[in-house]
Amino acid sequence: MMRRYLALLAVCAGAGAWAASEPAKTNTRDLFLGEAFFYAQQGEYFDAISRLDVELSQFYRLDEPNLDPFHIQLGHAEFSVGDFELYYRMHKRAGRAMKAVIEGNVSPEIRNEAAYRLARIYYEKSQPEDALLAIERISGKVPERIRDDERFLRAQIYMVNGRFADAVDILEDMRDMRGFRGFAGYNLGMALFLQGKEKAGIAQLDRAGQVKGDDEPTQAIRDKANLVLGYRLLEAEKPEQAKQYLDRVRMVGPFSDKALLGSGWADVALGRFDRALVPWSILVKRNPTDKAVQESMLGVPYSYAQLELHGRAALMYGEALEAFGKELSRVNASIESVRNGNFLAALVREEVKQDKNWAIKLRELEDTPETWYLTQLMASNDFQSSLRNYQDLEDLRKRLKAWEEYLNAYEQIIELRRRYYEPLLPDLDKRFRALDSRIRLRLEQRQSLADRLHHMLVSPRPDFLATADERIALAEIAGQEELYRNDSSASGEEARRRIDRLKGVIHWNIHTSYDQRLTDTYKNLKALDSEVARLQNIYDGYIRTRQAATQSYQGYDAQLTRTRVRIREASTQVATLMARQGRMIEMMAINEFEQRRKRIEQYQVKARFAMAESYDRALKSQQGAGEPQQ
Amino acid sequence: MRSVTRAVFFGTFVLFSASVGLAEEVSREQIKGLDEQVQDIKADVLAISSELMQLEEKLLYPSNTQVSLFVSFAPGEDFRLDAVDVVIDGEVVSHHLYTHKELEALKNGGVQRLYTGNVRAGEHTLELTLIEKAGSSRKVSHTFTKEAGPRLVEIVLSAPGLGSNRVQFKDR
Repeated sequence: MMRRYLALLAVCAGAGAWAASEPAKTNTRDLFLGEAFFYAQQGEYFDAISRLDVELSQFYRLDEPNLDPFHIQLGHAEFSVGDFELYYRMHKRAGRAMKAVIEGNVSPEIRNEAAYRLARIYYEKSQPEDALLAIERISGKVPERIRDDERFLRAQIYMVNGRFADAVDILEDMRDMRGFRGFAGYNLGMALFLQGKEKAGIAQLDRAGQVKGDDEPTQAIRDKANLVLGYRLLEAEKPEQAKQYLDRVRMVGPFSDKALLGSGWADVALGRFDRALVPWSILVKRNPTDKAVQESMLGVPYSYAQLELHGRAALMYGEALEAFGKELSRVNASIESVRNGNFLAALVREEVKQDKNWAIKLRELEDTPETWYLTQLMASNDFQSSLRNYQDLEDLRKRLKAWEEYLNAYEQIIELRRRYYEPLLPDLDKRFRALDSRIRLRLEQRQSLADRLHHMLVSPRPDFLATADERIALAEIAGQEELYRNDSSASGEEARRRIDRLKGVIHWNIHTSYDQRLTDTYKNLKALDSEVARLQNIYDGYIRTRQAATQSYQGYDAQLTRTRVRIREASTQVATLMARQGRMIEMMAINEFEQRRKRIEQYQVKARFAMAESYDRALKSQQGAGEPQQ
Repeated sequence: MRSVTRAVFFGTFVLFSASVGLAEEVSREQIKGLDEQVQDIKADVLAISSELMQLEEKLLYPSNTQVSLFVSFAPGEDFRLDAVDVVIDGEVVSHHLYTHKELEALKNGGVQRLYTGNVRAGEHTLELTLIEKAGSSRKVSHTFTKEAGPRLVEIVLSAPGLGSNRVQFKDR
């Protein structure tokens, strides 16, 4: 009994997932983190994780990561990777990431959100004890946007751990909470049943079955509560009460068929066969692939038989047999189709995946009879996770195939670059070396001038700042001086006097304008420095471009070869896993069909016997009516 | 009669309930084991993806020429953007049509890498044409300088209003 209730709870666990079905909104302005969120918000978790992984690995390779602005967002980024991994159904890695965040140096809000996510991972993986440990690590402030989800999850975890009283405490507070009204109310009813409070449980489910709200999730949970309560009361042999709840279920919606079926059985149990015909006559006209509809095909003639309308009952048993025969052919065709691989092919059709309601669309595909039964198959969590894994593997297969083509393109690019650069570079290098030595020489000269000027600040040397004209004039004067050195004539005497005066004029000019000359020289050196900086810029630019030219085609071979090997190995593994996962899905589908087949065959046997019996009785009553009254 | 009814009833009801369960031939352990292997291969392929992304960046967009344009919505903004055209130095380099999902992602704080390409060092002109609801469009331009490192330009969009300051450019 407990197992069955837990299975029902699992259906309702969707409430939490529904309430937090998208990754958190982000207000981050870090571009790369924002880019990862851009993909995550669209459900492209592979791309989101991949981009964030690159960003994190580059960050961790930095010599001084604390100087990078990304370090402010590090906790958030680590948490987000775990969150995205969770959505990408990488629970093992997500669990590790969340644990790292919980144990890391992060704010209590991030830690609590990580603990919440970790608890959800364990809960969804059916690890109730671990889920309990994780949820109990939450202390202090919980982020507002997950506060209610956290409480709801906590209640669910308490329930699967048998702590029904604790769950009841939480759910009682939440049962009128907007967004949780139906879900909390339903779970509260279940918790009360599990606590052994049958009466309170019934009252609570009754209340959950009348919760107000026009949105689809609320209507669905309302129907679910009524259906569960109705069947529970039927099992408890309280058909009168059961019927009122079953009749509350909407005539449309996922629970309608089962409710109509149960409503009919409640009437039968009360011996009101004419009343049972009302819901069953509606049900019998519905989709004949539905199990409830098939059962009603037997129920309607059964009721007619009970009402002594054996002729009509016999005819309707005949119609049921015909319908079962068709259904059996369809199930057999479906099994055959699954075995031929059509089912798996339909699951990965691109146009189906583009649609949000892809499961429904899948049912509309032509030439794939098996997809008619998908709704029933999808009811199993195991089938759903297998299906998603298969689709993820298909996505990986496509990516790996595309990447192999990328590698081919990269190799072509590298080869083109090699062919372009290799003949050019030797001549360029030769010319560059010549220019490089001239540049170095000029730079040394500039440095020597700078050193001299620096010295002249301490020990002035005006002669160093003589102009070229002055130097030429001084050289000419020195020549004249030598010429007239030993001339003792009057003209020689006059020449020496004039030479001294000229030397004095030049000396005067140099010494009196020394400060100005020194200033001008500094200014000139500064002007030279800006030219040198421009030269250095061009020089560095060339070095970078030269380096980039080499790097554009050198050093990739090993990496490309290694990546190609990894891609091929991964492709092989993906193909193997796809085959295994595909076989598993096919096996689940075929098993489901086999069960259907067995059930339809049993129905056929029942219908045949009942038809024969009805014909007999119809014949007997005809004969009875024909015999003269004695 | 009542007991017969019940027998039929419970016979069918039990059958109905049992069919919901998982087929026996596929055990929970098998499902779990395979699921873990799928998780492992996902991790392997993610590692390859990261390596390829870094290789692609190094090979196709080296840092000395790389320029990337990122688009985001100003906080709290919600407006319909149909498409955007990107022109760098007079040349059309990108044209992007937005899907509903992308707009939702931008509205929720996502940042879209609109374009990554290569330009020479120096000044460049970036022109954007934003095509909005009902075919109206607005043009904005920005000048950025490319230096030795990668140039990232963030374009923060706000709903159409007065002046071109409804689009902010941030060079990073």
